[in-house]
Amino acid sequence: MNDAFFQEYWWFLVSLLGALFVFLMFVQGGQTLVWALGRTEQQRRMLLLATGRKWEITFTTLVTFGGAFFASFPLFYSTSFGGAYWVWMLILLCFVIQAVSYEFQMKRSNVLGTGVYRSFLLLNGVLGPLLVGTAVGTLFFGAEFIIDKQAIVLPGEPPVISRWATPWHGLEAVLDIRNVLLGLAVLMLSRCLAHLYFLNRIEDVEVRSRSLRLLPWEIVLFLVFFLSFIGFWVTADGYVVGQGGSIAVEPMRHLHDLLAMPEVLVMLVFGVLLVLTGLLMPLLKGGCRSGIWSAGLGTVLTVLALLLSIGWHGGVYYPSLADPPSSLTLSNSCSSEYTLKVMSAVSLLIPFVLAYIIWAWRALEKSPIQLSEVDQSH
Amino acid sequence: MEPIDTSLIDWSRAQFALTAMYHWVFVPLTLGLGLIMCLMETVYVRTGKEFWKTATQFWMKLFGINFAMGVATGIILEFEFGTNWSNYSWFVGDIFGAPLAVEGIVAFFLEATFIALMFFGWEKLGRKTHLLSTWMTVLGATFSAWWILVANSWMQYPVGMEFNPETVRSEMVSFAAVALSPVAVTKFLHTVTSSWVLGAVFVVGVSAWYLLRGRHTDFAHASIRVAAIFGLIASLLTAATGHQSGVDIARHQPMKLAAAEGLYEGGQGVGLVGLGILKPGIDWSNPSEDPFLWKLEIPCGLSILATNSPEGYVPGIKNILEGGYVGEDGLPELSAEKKMEMGGRAIEALAASQAGKNEQAVRILRENFPYFGYGYLKSPAELVPPVVPTFYSFRVMVILGGYFIALFAGLLLVGKRIGRWKPVLLAVLLSIPLAYLASEAGWIVAEVGRQPWAIQGLLPNCAAVSKLSACSVQTTFWIFSALFTTLLLAELCIMVRAISDGPDKESA
Repeated sequence: MNDAFFQEYWWFLVSLLGALFVFLMFVQGGQTLVWALGRTEQQRRMLLLATGRKWEITFTTLVTFGGAFFASFPLFYSTSFGGAYWVWMLILLCFVIQAVSYEFQMKRSNVLGTGVYRSFLLLNGVLGPLLVGTAVGTLFFGAEFIIDKQAIVLPGEPPVISRWATPWHGLEAVLDIRNVLLGLAVLMLSRCLAHLYFLNRIEDVEVRSRSLRLLPWEIVLFLVFFLSFIGFWVTADGYVVGQGGSIAVEPMRHLHDLLAMPEVLVMLVFGVLLVLTGLLMPLLKGGCRSGIWSAGLGTVLTVLALLLSIGWHGGVYYPSLADPPSSLTLSNSCSSEYTLKVMSAVSLLIPFVLAYIIWAWRALEKSPIQLSEVDQSH
Repeated sequence: MEPIDTSLIDWSRAQFALTAMYHWVFVPLTLGLGLIMCLMETVYVRTGKEFWKTATQFWMKLFGINFAMGVATGIILEFEFGTNWSNYSWFVGDIFGAPLAVEGIVAFFLEATFIALMFFGWEKLGRKTHLLSTWMTVLGATFSAWWILVANSWMQYPVGMEFNPETVRSEMVSFAAVALSPVAVTKFLHTVTSSWVLGAVFVVGVSAWYLLRGRHTDFAHASIRVAAIFGLIASLLTAATGHQSGVDIARHQPMKLAAAEGLYEGGQGVGLVGLGILKPGIDWSNPSEDPFLWKLEIPCGLSILATNSPEGYVPGIKNILEGGYVGEDGLPELSAEKKMEMGGRAIEALAASQAGKNEQAVRILRENFPYFGYGYLKSPAELVPPVVPTFYSFRVMVILGGYFIALFAGLLLVGKRIGRWKPVLLAVLLSIPLAYLASEAGWIVAEVGRQPWAIQGLLPNCAAVSKLSACSVQTTFWIFSALFTTLLLAELCIMVRAISDGPDKESA
């Protein structure tokens, strides 16, 4: 097992965490559906109780994703977070307000009132997936950064290795429609998954029928945004790393990468099919409860394949639009082999972690949530 | 080298300090109250008495309100290393990122998974399984503290690393040295035991309020008993680990100790300033007069604290800047100017090594690397941390630490008779803010006292910060200030209301 193995292994783990996070954002999607599906206060509380039991796992996955990225690819962490300052700060603010809202919304003397905390949840539900998707879009289509390791020793320069080439510090990403398409696709996917989650967890005829009525429209919108993103992506020019680290532009580079990694291509196609199957199951089988499992697995496989396709195979996973030679690859941005090896040993705990999460979920979710449970809830 | 805008550094420091201090309002209560809650639930499972279940559920409700704010403020801290200290993130990301990743994998998921079982599982799980969930939640929070304190300790005492001139960063060479650094072990023990103290003070304070109002007296007496025993043990452990922490600081961060003591000129048999008032406006890098207006000193106290010997040598600010005294390694310490010269040489050698393969440059770099960070400084005066906040915070922390020992011992001695003495009950209630004050003061000593370093000796703040406009950071600083203050206010109101409702079953 050489250096390249550990780099690819950690890119896999970071991608897996990212993929799990996208799946778990059904919590955010659910927060945007509370008013559409719940017409009475009891129904809204029931919906929030369902997402309220899961929000912390989504949140923790995001934090672990950040920690894992920091530890394994610190140059990405320092470049993207330090440069695209405003985008990341907005994302963080979205999650800060979510963290308190579940606990505080129904408490007496909560100062701001239930409505404000629920608005926070709505804001988190819309902006969270949208901004995360838009920010991740820059991994596929590039960002405005420059890296110069000599800056740390150059006279006349501030000793900062990476800097952003625009004064907008990440906000310019929204001017690229391709990034926004990914953001919208993630938002609509989170809402579709939330419908499936509610159909699985909620035992209320009205809520379920409203969900089944809305779901087809959400699926159509998701597919429009997702397929547009895929279309732009596979036909876009991409960077190729040449001899000595030089960068050249190659038309339809991403499509070539996918074809060069048939296992990733198969995973992508299989993942998309599973998502579609899961989304259509309740529509075709009269409110079937198990669509979330198929669509959830499909989401994880799809996102994982997309992220693997840009990182593996020696590719550029974070293209610099301002200075192409600054673009990030696994090898020029990773931690040392020693650190990656040590953390790989720690990563062997992940199956154990997954096992107790599954056990805990099963213990808590033995039966669907009913209206009567709302009054007993914490 | 063009200096980076100092207002950017100041605002970046201010933002990190703000978020860290807000975060630390909530974390110690999570750790301390969590353990008390575990103990009470254990009693419930062992005895089967509903009284203890009600007590556990009451404290758990307060735990939940507090926990949410800890989570909300914590996420910012992790990402701020990237957003505001990007150069730092690259320079030491190879080492510093690892504890954060391990924290996520090992601790956060444990906490996040079992907390859902703990809150929602009373009716769905067996007693023992629920108890396990409660313990796992608190264990997860404590593991989390371990890894974040490993990361923090590494910044104070960088070990288990080597600088790699090719990648222009420090790289880990021993995970064990990082994870089990003696400074990290002491810091963890001191921080966690002091959090237990805060949790215990919170419980006795709230219980005292019930006794003052004549409500839930059985519950209050039982809670005081559990928390006072727990608090007394924790506060004695805090004192012991605090002493070891002082020894560590004397060894590895003598400037911090000098600042905490307001010690300009050191020597042998140095006294510990128990109480003192500093003269305002003193230039601590070169004071022209005695910096104290008044002080009450314990003879040889500082020498004992720092070296475990009444005759031990403790350097002051002047000695550290001028060098010449015998250091921990038995060699004469270099002066600040010499260290800055060697740091400058290390940076020049790094530039030469980057320009081409140059073995001599790499050799010079390695020889001078221990002082690499000094090369970014402009004058020795920059090495002196803000003395006034460090000095007073140290006194606040230590004096209140002593007060809490007396408080818990007193509560145990008087037992249920305390219910008769209203002024004492009021004093116990008012001890709650004092516990927070002591806790924050401890972090001020630890963090303000190590300025100007992001990483001790290797990277000053001016070389660690992200290249942003000061205005951007100023804007986010005020956004976070407003948001966190509002949420803190909301949390306090909810907490007060929940306490006012009392430990009846409905509200639990």
